[in-house]
Amino acid sequence: MEYKDYYKILGVDKNADQKTIKRAYKKLARKYHPDVSKEADAEAKFKEIGEAYEVLKDPEKRKAYDQFGMNWKHGQEFTPPPDWDPSGFDFAGGGYTSGGAEGFSDFFESIFGARGRGGHAGFDFGGGQRRTYARRGEDISNVIQIPLEDSFTGTTRTIKYRKPELLPDGRMTLKEVNLNVKIPKGIKEGQHIRLAGQGKPGLGGAPAGDLYLKVKFLPHPYFKVEDNDLYLDLPVAPWEAALGAKVDVPTPTGKVKLSIPPNAKAGQKMRLKGKGLPSKVPGDLYAVINIAMPDHNEHARDEWLKLKDKLDFNPRAHLR
Amino acid sequence: MNTALSEYINGQIAEEAEFTLAELAAATGFSAEDILRLVDEGIITPVSEEPKPVFTGQCVPRVRTVVHLRRDLGVNLAGAALALDLLDEIERLQQRLRRLSTLGW
Repeated sequence: MEYKDYYKILGVDKNADQKTIKRAYKKLARKYHPDVSKEADAEAKFKEIGEAYEVLKDPEKRKAYDQFGMNWKHGQEFTPPPDWDPSGFDFAGGGYTSGGAEGFSDFFESIFGARGRGGHAGFDFGGGQRRTYARRGEDISNVIQIPLEDSFTGTTRTIKYRKPELLPDGRMTLKEVNLNVKIPKGIKEGQHIRLAGQGKPGLGGAPAGDLYLKVKFLPHPYFKVEDNDLYLDLPVAPWEAALGAKVDVPTPTGKVKLSIPPNAKAGQKMRLKGKGLPSKVPGDLYAVINIAMPDHNEHARDEWLKLKDKLDFNPRAHLR
Repeated sequence: MNTALSEYINGQIAEEAEFTLAELAAATGFSAEDILRLVDEGIITPVSEEPKPVFTGQCVPRVRTVVHLRRDLGVNLAGAALALDLLDEIERLQQRLRRLSTLGW
C-alpha cells in the first residue's frame, strides 16, 4: 500500500498547529466538496482530505502517525512495522466529526485499525453473536453519454457496468455486466435515469440500492443545447440575408423549410417553435443567422466593387 | 473470470418520478419534519400539497445536497438554500457559455 502524507494532502507544515490544520481543511473541504466542486476528481480528493484531517486534528492520532517518522514520501510503498500496536494511543472511540465516514484508505486502516474509526469501539458482541440487521443497499451514481437524438426518439443503449454483488462470505465483488438501458424519450442533460435494484446489494435481506445514470449529451456537430432549446448556427449568403430566402434547416427529426425575411441581420434568431427537446412544453429550435462570405475570386471582386460604388454604406456609423 | 451478462432494464427519468413525503424521506435519509422545513425554506417545492404533499424526483438531489453540505461543511439550511441557488445559476451559465463559445461569437 502507499504511504499517505497527510500534511502534504492538507498543504500544511509538519509542525503546523491545530488552528492552521483546521483552516486548511475547511478551505479544501469547500473546494472539493463533491456536491459543489467542478473539479474532475473532487470525490476522491474530498475523501483524502477528510482522512487526512481525521488523523491530524486528533492529537493522539497525529502522534501515532508522526511516529512513522518524517522520511516517508507521499505515494511510497509502505508496510507498517511488524511490532506496530496502535493500542498505546488513546484515540479509540473518538468518533467521526468530519464527512466521508466510510471508505478510508488501506493505509489508514493499517495504522489505526477499525478502532480508529471510532463509533463501534467498545462494543463487545459476545461469542459468536453476529449483528444481523437489514439495511437497503447504497445507491450508485454514474454518467451516461448519449447522442442528442436519443432524447427525441427514446432508444436502448448498452452500457458496461461493474455491478457490486455480495459473495457468500459477505464480501463485495464487482461483476462486469452489460446493461441494456431503455433511454426514455424527452430525457434532458443533467437528468438521471434510475435503474431500480442495480446499486449495491442490501444487507440482511433488504433490497439493493438503485443505479442512477446522469445524462450527458455527446457534443453534436451543429446543435447546441440550452435548457429545452436547441441552437443552430445557420450560415446564409449575403444576398439571402438581403433579399430573404427559403432555406432548408436540419432539425433532429428531419429537415424543415425556413423563411428568412428580407434584410435579415447577423445574429438574428429565427425561432422554430416546438422543434427543441421534447417535453410537456417542448423546447424551440433557434436558427441563429450567420452571414457567410463566398470564396473570393476575380469575378466576385467586380460585383463587390459595384456594390461598394452604388451603396453609401458605413457599417460603423454608430461607432464614434 | 466473471462473464458479462445482459440485462434489459427500463430506465425511468428519476426527476419525473413522484414521491410522497415518506418516500422522499426514505430516499434521502432526511426526516419528514426536516423535509417540511426545506419546503418552508423554499429549497424544494411540492408539485401539489392537498390532500398530501407530492414531490418530484428533482427534489431528491437537492435534499441530498443539503444533507451533505450540512454534514460535511456545517452549512445551515439558509446557507444550503443559497448554495443550491448559486449552483443552479452556475449550471445555467455554464450551459449558456458552452452554447455561445462554440457558435463562433
